[in-house]
Amino acid sequence: MTTISIDRVSRWFGNVVAVNDISMRIGPGVTGLLGPNGAGKSTLIHMMSGFLPPSTGSVDIDGVPVWKNQAAYRQIGLVPEREAMYDFLTGHEFVLANAELHGLADPGAAAQRALATVEMEYAQDRKVTTYSKGMKQRVKMASALVHEPSVLLLDEPFNGMDPRQRMHLMELLRRFGAEGRTVLFSSHILEEVEQLARHIEVVVAGRHAASGDFHKIRRLMTSRPHQYLVRSSDNRALAAALIADACTAGIEFDPREDALRVQAVDFYRFAELVPRVAKEAGIRLLTVSPQDESLESVFSYLVTSA
Amino acid sequence: MNVTVARLTARGLLGRRRGLLLLAVPALLLVLSVIIRAAVGQDESTTVNVLGTLALGTLVPLLGLIAGTGAIGPEIDDGSIIYLLAKPLPRWKIVTTKLMVAFGCTVVFGAVPTYLAGVILFGNFEGVAVAYGVGALVAGAAYSAIFLLLGVVTRHAVVVGLLYSLVWESVVGSFVTGAKTLSVQQWSLAVARQIADPGVITSAVHLPTAVPLLVVVTLGGSALAAARLSRLTLAGEQ
Repeated sequence: MTTISIDRVSRWFGNVVAVNDISMRIGPGVTGLLGPNGAGKSTLIHMMSGFLPPSTGSVDIDGVPVWKNQAAYRQIGLVPEREAMYDFLTGHEFVLANAELHGLADPGAAAQRALATVEMEYAQDRKVTTYSKGMKQRVKMASALVHEPSVLLLDEPFNGMDPRQRMHLMELLRRFGAEGRTVLFSSHILEEVEQLARHIEVVVAGRHAASGDFHKIRRLMTSRPHQYLVRSSDNRALAAALIADACTAGIEFDPREDALRVQAVDFYRFAELVPRVAKEAGIRLLTVSPQDESLESVFSYLVTSA
Repeated sequence: MNVTVARLTARGLLGRRRGLLLLAVPALLLVLSVIIRAAVGQDESTTVNVLGTLALGTLVPLLGLIAGTGAIGPEIDDGSIIYLLAKPLPRWKIVTTKLMVAFGCTVVFGAVPTYLAGVILFGNFEGVAVAYGVGALVAGAAYSAIFLLLGVVTRHAVVVGLLYSLVWESVVGSFVTGAKTLSVQQWSLAVARQIADPGVITSAVHLPTAVPLLVVVTLGGSALAAARLSRLTLAGEQ
């Protein structure tokens, strides 16, 4: 069980502040580091992996600073974003070299195990140059896993993967998370994070915009109107009944969809109100669907309010 | 020394087209030596000229440049060095290993061919061939360390290295005598002068100056490179 602690960390490059006073603790399980491009995700991962010192604050793994601490790499498996690897090697040679560099007792067996984990044995004797992007990603993954680290850091791991490879990697990461490893991956693509991590850390413009369970974060943002699409047997009558309550802020009739677009300001009260009002007025509810439960909307909200 | 680092470095250095380049340069020297020997015959001043300017003045710095920067520069440029650095391996070990590989290249492709060229041109007389061979050996070590450091410090290592060896050592050195004091070429000539029979080889620097400077540059260069590598950041890659 390993915890990464980021304590009041800022990092600037000249006049540019890439990371601004961020504190977070990342424990076992899968955590998604979410944010738009240029938000400071890579900077954070570089600091967690000891390739960048924080300008202020501290980045520790189990209480030990990572910067200039090569022993920390016994615990860390890093999957960098950049594709360059030792292209002149075969996949097997590459993973084996990583195992040897870790000083493992039986590097050959470790390399074989790691390649089996990522299901790359079938192409292990081909040169890395001949690999597709997804295959390279998997071999990088194998090289990061070869010493069975307790922390796995992945910078935009799903970039350039096809859906099947993505599913496979997600499954793998879920498994590592379930095994009690601390898995952190960054992504700017919301559905990836949504599918894989229940715990997310959102970084926007170098700031820590949100932290915690995705749905909880969503609900905590009460200041934000939630959008619902409501379709019923009598939309206009339902609209009249709903707008009478303070939990709704606005209702629009959408003739194309033949439905109501409701802005609710109080999530819980609205959820309770709709069925009650419909029942009292004898209206049949056909559809009640949240319009913005996706991370995309959480995200754009955080971006505008940060 | 780390065997894996050495293997990766050597394969990176000798693989691709760089290996051929490393082989072409000494091959050229040997072919030229055969031609010159055939045309001029066994001549001391020609031998000293060829080995001094061609071997020690051009071949060895060029090899040092290719091997020194090539041992680490490309990996830093494309980011693959991260796989070496993200390991529980002291950074100085990585630097030392890479330096040994670069130095090994200058021995195989520089010092040995220089000695052979000397033998072709002048036989084993007056210790000339051995002197230049040893000179090339120590120069190779110093150049490797300097250019390895450059490879860690700057992305324009090859350009800076060429400026040093061509502009400083050749051009500036020939006009400003003082500049020769700070020239790897002259230091190695001082070593060579000591080995060959007296009066055969000349050098602008005396041995008591040359040897400490060679040692300081070689050790200092590797120490600086190691220090720099342990603070290597991956910030500028976005």
